Amino acid sequence: MSPLLANLLLALLWMALMGSQQPVHFVLGFLLGYGALALLAPLASTGSYVRKLPHAVAFAIFFLKELVKANLRVAQDVITPRALRRPGVVAVPLSTRNANEIALLANVLTLTPGSVTLDVADDRSVLYVHCMFVDDPEAVRAEIKNGFERRVMELMG
Amino acid sequence: MINVRLVIALVLAGSGCLFMLLAGVGLLRMPDFLTRMHASSKAATLGAALVVAAVAIALWDGAVALRALLVSMFLLITAPVAAHAIARAGYISGVPLAEETVVDELAGRYDRDTHELAGTAAGPSEAP
Repeated sequence: MSPLLANLLLALLWMALMGSQQPVHFVLGFLLGYGALALLAPLASTGSYVRKLPHAVAFAIFFLKELVKANLRVAQDVITPRALRRPGVVAVPLSTRNANEIALLANVLTLTPGSVTLDVADDRSVLYVHCMFVDDPEAVRAEIKNGFERRVMELMG
Repeated sequence: MINVRLVIALVLAGSGCLFMLLAGVGLLRMPDFLTRMHASSKAATLGAALVVAAVAIALWDGAVALRALLVSMFLLITAPVAAHAIARAGYISGVPLAEETVVDELAGRYDRDTHELAGTAAGPSEAP
């Protein structure tokens, strides 16, 4: 069984034990289950899951932060009379060739307003992204590589 | 207590609606189809998520909260796929980019007939 599924089941089990349907008890049960899986790591193969879950939470928080920031930036450009936008298509060289990682990266980039993934090269070496604020293509590349790409690789790798 | 919750829900729903309104205004004001997609993707992500979150907080019910979570999850999964498909189709079919476009490093990379996309070969080319 996948450790994530086991953790969810443990949380449901905890809710059943408490005889409660409150979300608080689900969270509590999930945390207790996570602790149990962490203790189990030397015996069962739950180690990589235990290591990755904090990364996943950090990634979700980082993503929400970027989502709000980018939304406000695009909204500002929509309402100000003078155009601040400098749209352009930027080629982002990829450090990973893993299809799942590229798919996740492309999706989070498209989800954040101000950048849409146009396509990925057939050899998976480059991602082509249309960005709304390209003051300097190098800066945009660096921002994507140090922000989302690094985190996606930490999470999936 | 109930009032505080309602105020929070109202603020969330209000800002969600504001983002959707801005997305609509953006559709009218942006110069080309790709920048319009930037404007409209706000409605699909933050706007919808905020309204759904507002509903969950206003009703304060586990079943509703679970459904709200699922709705925003499905939105987050499906919206970018559709956006990418539309953007790629638009670019390939040759919809012109706005004149203010700074750089187009994708220009000339597509094979005209097969739509195959080359990787790291020639250097970036400037926008027309």
